[in-house]
Amino acid sequence: MRFAHRVPGRRGRRLRVALCAALVASPLVAACGSDDGGITVNVYYSIEENFDKVIANCADAAHGRYKVAFTALPRDADDQREQMVRRLAAGDSDMDILGLDVTWVAEFAQAGWIAEWTGQDKADIEQGTLAGPLTTARWQGKLFAAPKNTNVQLLWYRSDVVPTPPKTWSEMLDMAARLKAEHKPATVLMTGAQYEGLVVQFSTLTAGAGGKILSDDGSKAVVDDGAVRALQALRDVATSPAVSPSLSNAKEDNIRQEFEKGNAAFELNWPFVYASMGKSNPELAKVFKWAPYPALDANKTGTSTIGGYDLAVSTYSQHKPEAFEVAKCLRSAENQKYSAINSGVPPTIESVYHDPEMAEPYPMRDAILTELKSAAVRPVTPVYQNVSTLVSAILSPPSGIDPPKTAERLRTELQDALDSKGVLP
Amino acid sequence: MSEAVDTPRAAVKGASDGKKAERRLAFWLCAPAALVMLAVTGYPIIYSIWLSLQRYDLRFPSQHEFVGLDNYITVLTNSYWWTAFGVTAFITIVSVVIELVLGMALALIMHRTLVARGLIRTVALIPYGIVTVVAAFSWRYAWDANTGYLSQLFDPDGAPLTQRASALTIIIAAEVWKTVPFMALLLMAGLALVPEDLLKAASMDGATAWQRFTKVMLPVMKPAILVALLFRTLDAFRVFDNIFVLTSGAQETGSVSMQTYNNLIKGLNLGIGSTMSVLIFLAVALIAFIFVKVFGAAAPGNSDNGRR
Repeated sequence: MRFAHRVPGRRGRRLRVALCAALVASPLVAACGSDDGGITVNVYYSIEENFDKVIANCADAAHGRYKVAFTALPRDADDQREQMVRRLAAGDSDMDILGLDVTWVAEFAQAGWIAEWTGQDKADIEQGTLAGPLTTARWQGKLFAAPKNTNVQLLWYRSDVVPTPPKTWSEMLDMAARLKAEHKPATVLMTGAQYEGLVVQFSTLTAGAGGKILSDDGSKAVVDDGAVRALQALRDVATSPAVSPSLSNAKEDNIRQEFEKGNAAFELNWPFVYASMGKSNPELAKVFKWAPYPALDANKTGTSTIGGYDLAVSTYSQHKPEAFEVAKCLRSAENQKYSAINSGVPPTIESVYHDPEMAEPYPMRDAILTELKSAAVRPVTPVYQNVSTLVSAILSPPSGIDPPKTAERLRTELQDALDSKGVLP
Repeated sequence: MSEAVDTPRAAVKGASDGKKAERRLAFWLCAPAALVMLAVTGYPIIYSIWLSLQRYDLRFPSQHEFVGLDNYITVLTNSYWWTAFGVTAFITIVSVVIELVLGMALALIMHRTLVARGLIRTVALIPYGIVTVVAAFSWRYAWDANTGYLSQLFDPDGAPLTQRASALTIIIAAEVWKTVPFMALLLMAGLALVPEDLLKAASMDGATAWQRFTKVMLPVMKPAILVALLFRTLDAFRVFDNIFVLTSGAQETGSVSMQTYNNLIKGLNLGIGSTMSVLIFLAVALIAFIFVKVFGAAAPGNSDNGRR
């Protein structure tokens, strides 16, 4: 203690030495290793097949100026968000690049956890990137992330029982009811479990009716007439004779499996179902076709909610210039093409879709591209997590929806959530 | 120390200098321990009470302000909170009752075992020794709709963990399975208090086995039973791991602890989350208070019964 007065900083240094010595025994050695002079850009991203190859490409591109280290986040989206949020709230400087689900950008930006893209970096990202995915990377008019991959839902159907795909929601339900009466495969499959997937359907249907759930700046819960019609549509499908009995428990993968069994006629799902059908049921794959998502208004057919991942640079990163460079590399046209072909994630850069190599793995690429141009974005708000939790709780089970009443409840509870006054279930 | 306790009058009148110095030394020696206690228990409690009086959402750092009791009003007038509270109370009461009955049976078996006593006691304790999350995962896989052997056996077409009633039943079963051994251990300590000759005398007087159990054993064991119930009730009220793994609180199966976690860690709302923590703390304190009151009132009468 007495030495501390005479030699300022000595105690601190000693403490650090002691801490590092303690850490040597633990798996966190890397925390002390950053003092060796070399720069390491740490990428935190969800598990994606072959992503290590993309990381290696970008590390090579650095020509030894820095290293790129990849840390896989947990598989479950909620767990990914939780890990990043917890560390960012504590000002952790070990994370440089963050892989964000498109719905988290507003939250992270508002909290001041991710750095704005400016100047040349911003121009590079905006150049050639599709408008829909780019919207998900913006908050209050500023660019906070770089869209890495995107996603839209399509209507998948069996062309042997459905010669022309339906354009609207009611057409689809009518066709399904008729098929059911004729004892043909008729089931309509949709993600109806109490989770984000149900919110996606509600958001898609609302946009397809020209409605809104939240105001554009994300400060008011609107839940207008279009949203009420979307609620009615969810109720209609849940009470339709052709609905799957397990609707209220169904997630993306459940409905994929159910369709592959051969009793369904329609499936509203992401494009990953295509490759899977080819592997698990090659016979059915021959009549497995896609069409734009049926909307409530005939002129809005093909409006779908956008999914996917954006890359952001942490505010607490010690190597921001390098991090922006790596982020740009990870989502470059070349790497996006590689990921699209090898890992099945749809690109965010338009030119990649026109590449001839994309034709075989993505026969539905034109449909995806068209939808991306008219896509709906989920409500953009920093409290999206709360909004999503509430919406899925209130809409579950879909058969219990009473459109005007449910809309009123959504309005009140969502407003409380937006004002951070509400309680999460 | 014992000297100081034995001579309180001397201390009041004004002890000698030596005694005073000794007392001061005693204070100084106790101080570090007391400070550590304050730092690790007192400070977090006071800090969370302080947080619960503020609007504090990590996503809106600029809107951080003091709001008095607003958070308490919000939580206590919210239907999600009361649903979770009801679920927690239901799980607590049902699981503790089942645990008491099964624990008593297990304790009697362990107490009366003649052969391989050590082995039987060890085997009975295994569930309590397994990490709750690990055990919860094995329950989850067993009840998985597609691959679980228990769901294939009981409900081949359904998904038991996605229905409220069956999910709650499974949560309670997992809780009971896990903590019956703990209950049995505490009760066995109580069984050791029952004098063997008392049971023999009762049997001489013509008491049946059931009468001996209810009229002799239970009254003598009452303090031990109450302690076991108190421990388990406090524990059960904070149920989290099993629910987190089995249903993550879907279909209104979340407990108050689950909800606090959702608001605090997922929702990043330190104000509302801390309010819930404080409310859970108060509920647990209330349960303890009631038990200790009942306990304190019943214990002397109980020992009189035993003497008779």
